[in-house]
Amino acid sequence: MKFKKSPDSKGHFGVYGGRFVPETLMPALIELEKAYKAHKEDRAFLHELIQLQKDYIGRPTPLYHAKNLSEKLGGAKIYLKREDLCHTGAHKINNAIGQALLAKKMGKRRLIAETGAGQHGVATATGAALTGLECEIYMGSEDVRRQALNVFRMRLLGAKVTEVDIGSRTLKDAINEALRDWTTNVHTTHYVLGTVFGPHPFPVMVRDFQSVIGKEARRQILNAEKKLPDCLIACVGGGSNSIGLFYAFLDDDVRMVGVEAGGRGIGSGEHAARFAGGSLGVFQGCKSYLLQNDEGNVLGTHSVSAGLDYASVGPEHCFLRDMKRVEYTFATDEEAMKAFALLSETEGIIPALESAHAVAEASKIAPSMSGDSVIIVNLSGRGDKDVQEVARIKGITL
Amino acid sequence: MNRIEKIFKTKRAQNSKIFIPYIMSGDPSLEHTKRYVAELEEAGADIIELGVPFSDPLADGPTIQRASERALAQGVTLRKCLELVREIRQTSQVPLILMTYFNPVFKYGIAAFIKEASDAGVDGVIVPDLIPDEADEFIRAARQRGLDTIFLLAPTSTEDRIGKVVKAATGFIYYVSITGITGSKLSIGEPMKDMLALIKNSTRKPVAVGFGISTPEEAAAAAKMADGIIIGSAIVRLIAEGKDIKDFAKKIKEAI
Repeated sequence: MKFKKSPDSKGHFGVYGGRFVPETLMPALIELEKAYKAHKEDRAFLHELIQLQKDYIGRPTPLYHAKNLSEKLGGAKIYLKREDLCHTGAHKINNAIGQALLAKKMGKRRLIAETGAGQHGVATATGAALTGLECEIYMGSEDVRRQALNVFRMRLLGAKVTEVDIGSRTLKDAINEALRDWTTNVHTTHYVLGTVFGPHPFPVMVRDFQSVIGKEARRQILNAEKKLPDCLIACVGGGSNSIGLFYAFLDDDVRMVGVEAGGRGIGSGEHAARFAGGSLGVFQGCKSYLLQNDEGNVLGTHSVSAGLDYASVGPEHCFLRDMKRVEYTFATDEEAMKAFALLSETEGIIPALESAHAVAEASKIAPSMSGDSVIIVNLSGRGDKDVQEVARIKGITL
Repeated sequence: MNRIEKIFKTKRAQNSKIFIPYIMSGDPSLEHTKRYVAELEEAGADIIELGVPFSDPLADGPTIQRASERALAQGVTLRKCLELVREIRQTSQVPLILMTYFNPVFKYGIAAFIKEASDAGVDGVIVPDLIPDEADEFIRAARQRGLDTIFLLAPTSTEDRIGKVVKAATGFIYYVSITGITGSKLSIGEPMKDMLALIKNSTRKPVAVGFGISTPEEAAAAAKMADGIIIGSAIVRLIAEGKDIKDFAKKIKEAI
């Protein structure tokens, strides 16, 4: 069976995906779909994108054999795909630059985006500065408080940061507000959605911009090991870094594991494990797994990592799970914190708390694998942004 | 002929316009909502639109967002809104429309929702985040029960979209008067007139204009271009401020 595929013409991956938006946005989504389709085949556009990936983002990112970590855990050889070394510190820039470039070609003069932890906001503000577009970032007031450093970074990059003071005052409310802005300013504005979610064509477009991760990793591992890896591991919030790594390997005989945020445990109700604790729903533009109550209202989520703290998940992931192509599990806050320390101490690499969830899964499965088997973990971002939060959790005043 | 079709037909024959006020169910309580419905009917409302609160109302501006939050805090659910309609129907035959986001309906079960809404006495449903392209099951179920499916058009709508929406809509077409969210600032002018003419050219179904109408003057100007007008945020704001809505509704009714 071929798993590498595009959604149907209305953006469905199986029963998932689609377009559930106000009619006002439909012409913009159709325009975006057409523009994206035209530009992704356009040599000049691709040339510009590839050049920026190389000189600006710093691609290809290394595939690093983490010998100390592998030795410490025993078992499989662990490689890290170093998206943490991308410009601005995370994989988010791969998508933001792609969309900023596309928006510029479409003649838009303004970019907007939502952000939770601030990584996608910083990436979009960076893309806007680079392409000379205006930029406004929506961020829940609760996140603004928790991520003061990233707020200031966005402002330094020339973006306007607007606090969203309604609902849970976190990522989902920022997305609602960004969608409202887009609905109002659709003629001049492009909405840079940060993950493989929302109405078609965002899930497929963001996947395509992120799939450079897996394309490189596949080439790099064949070069280093002369064979394909046994297993890929990535964390799953909306699911853009994971699909970015997985996509190139979908039709290979390679096991894949997506790791959701288990928060304080599934039983506690304080988590963001949509597959473990959610059900089918329609939210912010698409049909997918959703953490919701019996009345169809969206539940609050919790994770130590803001980037995984979201009530729904990309529709293609639901499809790949149904097809039994990708396995989904979760790591708790505590497991992620342990993995955060483990990678910092063994390899001198401080991972983002999001990526630490993937490292946590690797440390669970590597020991039971043979010494010649190979795991690739997507190190989607660096941990600088989390240092203060980790200190706070440990009760340390900086 | 259901109540919505009938009222538009009657009013068209009388050459007068339809007034559709919107209130949020359960803001500040379901008892209040029942009373407001009675007051609006007395003030001359032709159809009443009842909002169903939702955790993430992405088509709504701040006024209705806050109303939604207040109603949710009261424990108002889609099921309770259907009970509310059942109770209203014991004393009133005013045409009633539910405006709900799609996920509560999806979670309820589309067929079950349509059946129970119809049994309760709902005449039509507006789902602002459900476009005709995704609404096959919803439309099929609603047709069987004679429930109107009211879809939206906007200033951004292309001819292709107009064609799709006009075909799927029954009862009336909801023309969103601004490129934006509920309660935004309205501008009534040539572009709106042109869009309404374009829509009118492609259908004989009635068209009502809403989003952003907040004064009797605006209501009068918008009513000249369409079969009816919808007012939400302006009324919801009065309710939030604890002010009387009956007088305001009367003034609107007189203005159109």
